[in-house]
Amino acid sequence: MSMNRRSFIKLVGAGAGVMSWPSISSASDILPRTGRRVVVVGGGSGGAIVAKYLRIADPSIEVLLIESDKRYIACPLSNLVLAGVRTLEENTLTLDKMAAKHGVKLLYDTVTAVDAGAKKVICSAGAISYDKLVLSPGIDYRFEEIEGYNPATTPEIMPHAWKAGPQTLLLKRQLMDMMDGGVVVVTIPQAPFRCPPGPYERINMIALYLKRHKPKSKIIVWDANENIVAKAGLFRKGWTKYYGYDDKDSTKGMIAYHGNSKLTKVDAKAMAVDNGTELLKGDVINVIPPQRAGIIAQKASVVGPDKKWCSVDQVSFESTQVKDIHVIGDACFAGALPKSTYAANSEAKVCALNIAQTLNGKELIAPSHVNVCYSYITDKEAVSVSGIYIEKEGKTIAVPNAGGLSPDLNEIEASYARSWMQNVMSEMST
Amino acid sequence: MKEKIWFYALFAGGVALASSLPVLATTAATPAMLSNTCNGCHGTDGNSAGLSNPTIAGLDSNYFDTAMKQFKSGERPSSIMGRLAKGYNDGELKAMADFFAARKFAAARQPFDAGKAGQGKVLHDKNCRMCHADGGKSGANGALAGQWKDYLHVAIAEFLSGNRKGPEMMTKALTKMTEADIEALINYYASQQ
Ligand SMILES: Cc1cc2nc3c(=O)[nH]c(=O)nc-3n(C[C@H](O)[C@H](O)[C@H](O)COP(=O)(O)OP(=O)(O)OC[C@H]3O[C@@H](n4cnc5c(N)ncnc54)[C@H](O)[C@@H]3O)c2cc1C
Ligand code: HEC
Ligand code: HEC
Repeated sequence: MSMNRRSFIKLVGAGAGVMSWPSISSASDILPRTGRRVVVVGGGSGGAIVAKYLRIADPSIEVLLIESDKRYIACPLSNLVLAGVRTLEENTLTLDKMAAKHGVKLLYDTVTAVDAGAKKVICSAGAISYDKLVLSPGIDYRFEEIEGYNPATTPEIMPHAWKAGPQTLLLKRQLMDMMDGGVVVVTIPQAPFRCPPGPYERINMIALYLKRHKPKSKIIVWDANENIVAKAGLFRKGWTKYYGYDDKDSTKGMIAYHGNSKLTKVDAKAMAVDNGTELLKGDVINVIPPQRAGIIAQKASVVGPDKKWCSVDQVSFESTQVKDIHVIGDACFAGALPKSTYAANSEAKVCALNIAQTLNGKELIAPSHVNVCYSYITDKEAVSVSGIYIEKEGKTIAVPNAGGLSPDLNEIEASYARSWMQNVMSEMST
Repeated sequence: MKEKIWFYALFAGGVALASSLPVLATTAATPAMLSNTCNGCHGTDGNSAGLSNPTIAGLDSNYFDTAMKQFKSGERPSSIMGRLAKGYNDGELKAMADFFAARKFAAARQPFDAGKAGQGKVLHDKNCRMCHADGGKSGANGALAGQWKDYLHVAIAEFLSGNRKGPEMMTKALTKMTEADIEALINYYASQQ
């Protein structure tokens, strides 16, 4: 899609109070309108659900879902792939059946620009107009904060595996190719990032693999945060119970954990990482980079002043910066809600109901969310953290005295974790 | 270059708009608002696609409401529901009970052993039918027919251990059953699809 340069310059100058929007596309809509239209960009944990639940809320609303990839590979439980106890195929789904069943129009394409003035999105197929736009693009990486990191080549040597797919398989292969007695380095960025318990579950799954196949090996964790970001007590308990972890002596056991240790520099050739005070070499290095809202959110100018996440109204999930653009999932800041699949699923439903209300001239409905995140300790035992969330004075907060942690590690949590995954994938695909 | 011009131009427009966002009235959470989020674990409309999360669509409203209150108080054991139920007041619990009672229960599609199911029917008719009518279809005492096998195993184990309180007659009936009998009963419930 080549954008017309003239249209860029055709900015309408205007005085205070009057909108001045650039019109990047005078091209006509490639999809003839059938009525009120919501365009959703990104068919992941948030996007697929907002599209479906908009149609459930009001089937008279036309919903167009635009997603780059024909196959969606879900991240939850992808850490288990590293231990060889789950396959990526089990995490893969397609949107076609869901779209057909609920009358969602589905377009496989990548949105490259948003013209908020003309209320159009631009993709390779052309321009498509909207009344409401929902962005659920997931994350992009702040590679530039790591010295020596080449976005094109470093992930091939030090995989992040923070979007499930080839990166997950690369990390798995590196673990398999490593000799017994090798050192695996995992670096964790400053919160907030996608899936707060995710890095620690990853450590468990790497440890499980090493314990079974390369028991002389070691995992060294550099965490930019002071302490484990989520379920700290339960993770430490699991490490101690299964992987010989010793809080007092990091030379013991399989896992050495260092808080307040922020990665500043990588040297892919030397297979080394630097935190400003120490240089550490590894045989396998999993650098989880710091993150921000997906690229299209940056292009649509909905990323907040922190240049990381999108600031949204906590009732409607409408951007506080650009009207009629809503942002859900990892890309948005949703108060106490973490960046998880469950939260994205919940935000999507709240957003769908409130977009339907708005398009029908009705008042907004107070949000109600649930979030539950399961993490595996071994392939058989898991833990969970949960919460109920509401909006109060413009902020999303956890309802006090509800939710919280599973009392312990156990098998029933692991069984329900798998079952949750089946439901959340089925919600997206049927 | 192009992108840059556009970014700033748009941003300026966006900032101008922020202050003009209308402040809309907000109404209390509706039954759909409260309930939709439960589907992440219980499936769309409460029909679970997961092997061990129970289907909650089409459950009797009173049974549902009682279950939630018992989760909340801790009277009924749970892995997760006790923590979640504490987040809602009585009115909200009732609203969700009514919402899910109005969804259609879809029997789980799961494998079963036809031979065992046949034995199970005989056992059910003799020991359970008086309180779980219609082969155990969703009713005042919960849904057995079409419910996930894994969930039923957990539920029966909880009654047998005494952690979950059922009517004395049921506990007696269940205690009388051998492991094979329980397996047969569960296959009978699973066979109703
Ligand atoms: C290792 C790991 C483990 C995790 N475990 C859990 C867990 O156990 N539980 C849990 O709840 N969460 C978990 N998560 C977090 C979860 O994966 C994310 O929070 C969730 O996927 C966020 O949903 P989203 O809709 O924001 O983004 P995504 O699900 O990533 O979806 C974004 C979609 O948008 C598409 N897209 C982006 N830009 C465009 C564009 N311009 N045009 C068209 N399409 C576009 C992408 O292709 C993608 O399909 C885990 C994450 C990781 C990395
Ligand atoms: C994280 C997954 C999860 C979420 C979220 C969840 N549930 Fe559950 N639900 C379960 C599990 C697991 C059980 C079995 C009891 C247990 O172990 O907690 C259950 C059991 C139930 C039951 C009892 C069913 C029966 O037949 O007796 C009801 C009713 C119920 N849930 C309602 C809800 C409602 C309402 C919500 C939303 C507010 C909800 N659940 C959210 C996992 C979940
Ligand atoms: C005297 C009446 C009675 C008899 C007989 C009885 N039940 Fe029940 N059953 C109940 C009641 C009441 C409940 C609901 C308990 C509660 O509220 O937690 C129940 C609940 C259950 C549940 C849990 C359902 C759920 O969704 O969690 C199962 C499983 C069950 N019964 C199986 C059986 C079986 C199998 C038999 C026969 C061997 C049987 N019952 C006989 C009254 C009975």
